[in-house]
Amino acid sequence: MAADGSLAGAALRRGAPNSLQRFARRRSSIAVLMTTPLLVIIIGLVAYPAVYAIYLSMLNRRMTEFVGTLNYEILLESETFWMVAFQSCFFAITAVLLKAMIGFWLAHMLHDIPDKGQRKWRGMLLVPWVIPPALSTLGWWWMFDPSYSSINWLLAVISVPEVPWLGHHWWARIAIIMVNVWIGAPFFMIMYLAALKSVPEQLYEAAAIDGATGFQRLRYVTLPMMANIISITVLFSLIVTFANYDIVRVLTNGGPRDLTHVFASYAFQVGILSGNIPRGAAVSLFMFPILAICAFFVLRSVVRRNKEQM
Amino acid sequence: MAEVSLRKIVKAYEGDVQAVKGIDLEIADHEFCVLVGPSGCGKSTTLRMIAGLEEITSGEIAIGGTVVNDIPPRDRDIAMVFQNYALYPHMSVYDNMAFGLLLRKFPKAEIDRRVKEAARILDITVLLDRKPKALSGGQRQRVAMGRAIVRDPKVFLFDEPLSNLDAKLRVQMRTEIKKVHQTVRTTTVYVTHDQVEAMTLADRVVVMNHGIIEQVGPPQELYHRPATRFVAGFIGSPAMNFIPARLENGAAALNLVLADGSVLPVPEDRTARYKSHAGRAVLLGLRPEHLTEPREGRGTYADIAIQPEVIEPMGMETLVHFHLGEARDLCARIDPTLDAHPNTPLRLTADMAHMHLLDPESGRVV
Amino acid sequence: MSATAMNRDVPGIYHKAGSLRAERRWALWVAYISLTVAAIIFLAPPFYMLITSLKGSAEIAGMTGSPWLVRSPTLENYVNIITSPMFQRFMLNSLVITACVVALTMVVSVLAAFALARMRFWGSQMLATGVFLTYLVPDTLLFIPLYQIVGGLGLLNSIWGLVLVYPTLTVPFCTWIMIGYFASIPKELDEAALIDGATWPQMLWKIFIPVALPGIIAATIFAFTVSWAAFVYPTAFVTTPDQMPLTIGVVSQLVRADTFAWGQIMAGALMAALPPVVIYAFLMDYYIAGLTAGATKG
Repeated sequence: MAADGSLAGAALRRGAPNSLQRFARRRSSIAVLMTTPLLVIIIGLVAYPAVYAIYLSMLNRRMTEFVGTLNYEILLESETFWMVAFQSCFFAITAVLLKAMIGFWLAHMLHDIPDKGQRKWRGMLLVPWVIPPALSTLGWWWMFDPSYSSINWLLAVISVPEVPWLGHHWWARIAIIMVNVWIGAPFFMIMYLAALKSVPEQLYEAAAIDGATGFQRLRYVTLPMMANIISITVLFSLIVTFANYDIVRVLTNGGPRDLTHVFASYAFQVGILSGNIPRGAAVSLFMFPILAICAFFVLRSVVRRNKEQM
Repeated sequence: MAEVSLRKIVKAYEGDVQAVKGIDLEIADHEFCVLVGPSGCGKSTTLRMIAGLEEITSGEIAIGGTVVNDIPPRDRDIAMVFQNYALYPHMSVYDNMAFGLLLRKFPKAEIDRRVKEAARILDITVLLDRKPKALSGGQRQRVAMGRAIVRDPKVFLFDEPLSNLDAKLRVQMRTEIKKVHQTVRTTTVYVTHDQVEAMTLADRVVVMNHGIIEQVGPPQELYHRPATRFVAGFIGSPAMNFIPARLENGAAALNLVLADGSVLPVPEDRTARYKSHAGRAVLLGLRPEHLTEPREGRGTYADIAIQPEVIEPMGMETLVHFHLGEARDLCARIDPTLDAHPNTPLRLTADMAHMHLLDPESGRVV
Repeated sequence: MSATAMNRDVPGIYHKAGSLRAERRWALWVAYISLTVAAIIFLAPPFYMLITSLKGSAEIAGMTGSPWLVRSPTLENYVNIITSPMFQRFMLNSLVITACVVALTMVVSVLAAFALARMRFWGSQMLATGVFLTYLVPDTLLFIPLYQIVGGLGLLNSIWGLVLVYPTLTVPFCTWIMIGYFASIPKELDEAALIDGATWPQMLWKIFIPVALPGIIAATIFAFTVSWAAFVYPTAFVTTPDQMPLTIGVVSQLVRADTFAWGQIMAGALMAALPPVVIYAFLMDYYIAGLTAGATKG
């Protein structure tokens, strides 16, 4: 509501004095006023919590004493933590690669069919992305239900033996990846389709006249033109997938035997459910280096892309 | 209605780059003044300073006798037409034209009267309900002018308004702008890089280059009596030819001796003017229309033998491109019925009565 | 020698030219088959949720025959869920939270984007980059310190705590794409407005917002779907059922430890997913514009 105030304030302040310099100076004070709510949100709800998280992670369980890096040390010595780290990386990398490949394939297929039909297909294929993930995961959970799994029923039709989807940890990991890919592949598809459409048709025509085959056109025209979007999408998805919580929470809740936890769900388990806030904060913060690296490269790609467009 | 005066106007950007280097200009009431020059000459910056869109580094701008340096654009009582028209895409033509009046809290009836009147003048009455998207380039141009006219401001500012139109429409709109100015008679400052536009529209042309004014004057004067080499070369198309020569004392009058030894007589009535340059290296300036096929008659003519490189038949005339020693890219205008061929020797006649003599060092016309 | 070479080449060319059409037709077949398979897989889970939601408890408990078919369809689950005061409460909470967050987000991000796109001031470039970086901060990184902060403000177990923290999910991205939309408005438009006598607020309200309306709609849709689907924050901050929004409400309260009322759960999940799906169905182009804008604009 501070935002409304700033608009009104700016409106009140206009009028009377009419020096151009003052006009310009007023312009920048209005600008600062207009960005204040944004600054409050960024500083108060992102920057401050980030610093606070570091502080929290250095307290003891009851938050009465400063213990330095003890929480980190305990985590680094715990087997569960290393399992969580492995599972997070395995999950994020596998899921992102699959999403990227499926998305790329589907985008190409969509691009190949006549324009008329594209809208309809695109509309259908984006549905998994539109449903709130927690809710669609609930549907998947029911499909994996051990006593009456509709997926196993379909597999039985082609005489595949029953799969213990959420009962065995490797199958559970695969199930989590499947759901994540199901939710995320449409996003890749849409991004790639937008990128494909932005490649000027003349480039393909010029390449065709130069004698490029279909594969060469893909290799020398499409991919270089899309490289930036591909890297932005992949890195962005890597961040989101790596930090994913919804799917694990709904599908396995970390089980069986804590073997499917990722950083986010483990931090939740430790910090909120077991009430060890400092250790939970430390778990979350372990994500930071990887996220920061991805964010750096996303930013670089976006900046580069903006420069190209200018 | 008002006059505009610019006194010692300087525009400097960071790093001491001066876009405008102290220009003085008085624009009279009702005058149509065109600022012309190549891109980067400071003409647009000057216009934007008059509009109040750019701050003035030093100097003074007055509109109607009031110094406006410190007055924001909305209080300067000006109207501006932009190169890309800058029509508000979400508003109808009517609303586009009414917007400025609405913000100034004019009564509804008055707004309606003015918009209808402007639409009538510009012949866009039937377009009033359309959105800019549904208009052609020429129609958008009219609306942009309409938006300026309804405000009935002290000064109209035009920033390259015709450069987004195709060649044919540009000629048409040029006439249109001139007609509107003859109707409303508002003081106008018009910026263009196109010398033809400048010549056809202006009461007075201001030729700018590198942030300074090269010459100010009515179009005819600039054409016939350019003050500098830049103006001589900029005004007129194809551009004036510049041929290096030596000015020497002949038997009766002065002679110009070209690099290949050919001798061109200088008209006797110019002897007094050029006398001081005798014996020096000079530049002979001759417009293509004064370099034609051999002809008879009174006056001072001189023959030149050339080797045409490219022949361009234009219909009503034929352009011959050639070079003379060091002087490249020369051009002559000859009768289209004449049989000229590339690389076939051709005799041309220079009409020395229309010659210009330039000092190669200072670039000024003698 | 050359004659035989030519003879060999000619049929080659014909073969190639002939294959071009066949190749294209084949590519079209591959495309349609891939898309059909993908559509079946992508739509199967929601379809199965729908099937389940139409089954009575007896049919679900029966566990015989194909689970993909419904033998005696009933709306009983929907009636139960809609009349359940708990579900109504979830729905109301979600609506209140989302409405507040969307309004707050749009005011904050439109104002900030206008200032960042048009009024260059000290640090504006850095701030724009900062906005983008905040967008890349996932909610799971900071939910624990936020839990402490929200707790400190006494807003745990309250929808207002969620209204307070949700903007961290929506504002950065909305600001970022609005910067992109505003930056694409030609500069002459503001100059024309300045000369026409508009003040900065008038310029924003009468020119920028209407001209960038598609961007505003896209950003609003984004803010709506994100705050509707948010899961981490409500799961962490709200444990009392009467303050829960739909996502966590359906997941935690409808799913009870032993007897899973699957029909009702699925009906609830579908009802909860309906608003974003409806918005998507009617405003697909804006939805997609918002989705792709992050990388293609700005």
